[in-house]
Amino acid sequence: MKAAVLNFPGSNCAEDLLWAVGPIAGAHAEIVPATATDLTGYDLVLVPGGFSYGDYLRSGAIAKFAPVMPALRAFAEAGGYVLGICNGFQILTEAGLLPGALQWNRDLTFICEPEPLVVENATTAFTRRYTAGQVITLPIAHGEGNYYADDATLTALEAHHQVVLRYQHNPNGSCRDIAGITNEAGNVMGMMPHPERAVEALLGGTDGLGMFESLMEVCDGAYA
Amino acid sequence: MAPTPEQIKRERLYEPLGLTTAEYDRFAELLGRLPNYTEMGLQSGMWSEHCSYKYSKPILKTFWTHNERVVMGPGEGAGVIDIGDGMAVVFKAESHNHPSAVEPYEGAATGVGGIIRDIFSIGAKPVASLDSLAFGSDFTPHNQQLIDQVVAGIGGYGNSIGIPTIGGEVQFDASYQQNPLVNAMCVGVMPKSALQKGAAAGAGNAIIYVGAMTGRDGINGASFASSEFTDEAADRSAVQVGDPFMEKLLTDACLEVTRDHRAALVGMQDMGAAGLVSSSAEMASKAGYGVTLNLDLIPQREPNMTPFEIMLSESQERMLLCVKAGHEAEILAVFAEYDLEAVVCGRVTADGQYRLYHHDELVCDIPVTALTDAVPTYTTTPRIPAALAHPAPDFVPVVADATATLQALLALPNIASKRALFSRYDAQVQTNTVVLPGDDAGVIRVRGTHKALAVTTDSNGRLLALDPYRGGAMTVCEAAANLIATGATPLGITDCLNYGDPRKPEVYYMLQESARGITEATRAWNTPVVSGNVSLYNETSGEAIAPTPMIGMVGLIDDLSAITTVGFKQAGDVVYLVGQTGDDFNGSSLQFLQTGQYAGRITGFDLPTAVATGQAVLTAIQAHLVTACHDLSDGGLAAGLVEMAASNVLGARLTTSLTNAQLFAETPGRFLVTVAPADVAAFEALVPQATRLGPVGGNQLCIDTCDGGVNAPIADLIQTQQEALAWQLA
Repeated sequence: MKAAVLNFPGSNCAEDLLWAVGPIAGAHAEIVPATATDLTGYDLVLVPGGFSYGDYLRSGAIAKFAPVMPALRAFAEAGGYVLGICNGFQILTEAGLLPGALQWNRDLTFICEPEPLVVENATTAFTRRYTAGQVITLPIAHGEGNYYADDATLTALEAHHQVVLRYQHNPNGSCRDIAGITNEAGNVMGMMPHPERAVEALLGGTDGLGMFESLMEVCDGAYA
Repeated sequence: MAPTPEQIKRERLYEPLGLTTAEYDRFAELLGRLPNYTEMGLQSGMWSEHCSYKYSKPILKTFWTHNERVVMGPGEGAGVIDIGDGMAVVFKAESHNHPSAVEPYEGAATGVGGIIRDIFSIGAKPVASLDSLAFGSDFTPHNQQLIDQVVAGIGGYGNSIGIPTIGGEVQFDASYQQNPLVNAMCVGVMPKSALQKGAAAGAGNAIIYVGAMTGRDGINGASFASSEFTDEAADRSAVQVGDPFMEKLLTDACLEVTRDHRAALVGMQDMGAAGLVSSSAEMASKAGYGVTLNLDLIPQREPNMTPFEIMLSESQERMLLCVKAGHEAEILAVFAEYDLEAVVCGRVTADGQYRLYHHDELVCDIPVTALTDAVPTYTTTPRIPAALAHPAPDFVPVVADATATLQALLALPNIASKRALFSRYDAQVQTNTVVLPGDDAGVIRVRGTHKALAVTTDSNGRLLALDPYRGGAMTVCEAAANLIATGATPLGITDCLNYGDPRKPEVYYMLQESARGITEATRAWNTPVVSGNVSLYNETSGEAIAPTPMIGMVGLIDDLSAITTVGFKQAGDVVYLVGQTGDDFNGSSLQFLQTGQYAGRITGFDLPTAVATGQAVLTAIQAHLVTACHDLSDGGLAAGLVEMAASNVLGARLTTSLTNAQLFAETPGRFLVTVAPADVAAFEALVPQATRLGPVGGNQLCIDTCDGGVNAPIADLIQTQQEALAWQLA
């Protein structure tokens, strides 16, 4: 698997993702600046967490105009895998690659806590190494992670099994406890929790590794 | 029109800027003429306590600052200590008390931003932040707002820039009600070879300004911070506004310069207190050169700024570099890559003069040393405060119901978990955090090695108020104990000295005595003071805060597998108390609970014993004989047990010969540890100071004492400890 980790000015999790996907998971990964205009040749594009362009407006509202965005859109439309984490999820919803929006957390404060999550759909390219109903614990670290979509959209998301991860104890007020979703085609995923922060036992857990291993399994055919 | 030199002298216009007539006269003497308005303004910034340490320097000189590991001690942006493998750890703490009192969000945020710049200006990547906070104990709506906004500001800056906040502390005491303390510490890691200093040497070399534009925010903040509070609304314009996005770009760009363009770079320094004047004058002074700046080239956010305003603005996210002549384009190109505004704004000169041009006019022409080395230092004749000379009688508590007392103690804001506050900081970005906030110390691994760094901040004003000498030493010991509990060898400290008006004999006594205690303890632990800052005039309406030296300490863990945490791990592990417990209740939380105050002399502290106990525990941890470790402080043994029980909700069944009251004694220098049954004999042989209490396990915390004891469902105790602060702040 060859993965691109996008890096917007103000992204602060790009290096963490590079470490998780590269040395830890064992895939080939490299940082690609937001000024890039071509993403061909990659199997997976990761959109990292952080505060793109400072996020002084709505999170991701500026990043959606970054030079790389047309290439990202083309990459997704061609079926390439895209995973947006935290600010990456916010950017993907702002760009219209995923439905809904991320509002300020219910209590209007930033939250950094480990959160238990239920894997709702273990058949996606992002979660096939898990089992349906499995509870995994991943850290969250966000101020604007309160997922919102109108009822019709939420019902459609559920009908198409696009809700991939739900919070067990909804920390931020997200509609229907949603922590992560895919697009209808299943090749673009956004999630607020940070799988790249849960890939080493030394740092408290390896529950996030399955996401990267799932993608490697899909991209490389078989993953030992 | 600016006032004329004669008018300044006649109308004593220097006084509102914090200068005395003697200081003004001395400056005029150094110049050989009367200073003009710009020059007098520069003097007011540079001769402020914040920049010159004129009252604290004689005391700071008594600190012990060097040992075999110290690469760079006080005087530069931050202290540097060798950690082996060709690597060094860089750290410093700084206070932002006055700005945070006036505008808590931006005051706290820019405190974080300022200390980060000190770290990367040395050439180190910032890898961790900590924050030591002190607020009033009366949770009035105003105080709650203050607490909320300080925490929001720290998170707003630190979370955005992507540096994990891995530790710190929050304390509540009446003396901080009007004068909160916000001390931020930052830690960086770098290859030793990347070390660079803030010097401007070599005639003809370029001075480059990079970062945010200069505006009218924070003008003369240094003299603002060096005076007592008056009117909040009038002071608000002296507070700066932070831009963490800009700082992230600046960090990455400056680290690229120090890493890849070393041959071109002469020196770098951040523009902190007294902004452009302090950075440029200090850089020139350190190298023994002069500097000429053209103020028309300084990027300005607002029109019609005067030289006074440009030079004393404390706009954030700005750095000053000295670059070898001929290499300007190379450095400017790096900054352009990051979309940062950078300009060559001046040159180094050989004659030691500090010259400023504005609109083609020479507006300042004075010796650099008149702004730096020439600042006088002052001492005050100390006087012991009456309360210390005649301490209250020893407090003798009566604890009939130890369970109820424990429940009540756990709900005290100083003992209850601070999770409701620190969970608002990103503690894991950079994915190196091994031990999260809430333990005795935060721990991060050092990538590319088998090592980790443990970091803590500790302060205890109420103890110092009773005994500044012992309190100072005990604060250092507390920090060392917190590091030891994680398995780290203490390396060195940074400090923020938060005190009242040093011109008062009683305040000066506190400052001097606590420094004496700190020095003695740092020598005993082999932890020199490598950096720090001073915040004086923490007074409101003539009332000083409790003397509060904040000790930030860094320790080294050589082997990742030795990292130990507070929580009980497994039923069956044996709990030991290490160190003797006495009837030490003066200044304790129990005293506060039962009498509403802290009073009396401090007892039970012996520095050599504290060091020996700590070293014995560390040896046992490094020998992998310890499964959990916690140093005892507020609330004593009983509170410490609940803290250990909390992470895995495990009880314990313990027996001790202590009394009910002694469960809450705060005899310093004690630890609680757990040991796996198989290691009990080896542990006892290695740590003869340990007393066996009993096994971990069950749903109850049972402690049998000689006159009763504690017996309660552990879940209830944990709930109180975890949630009490959130209830009181809600």
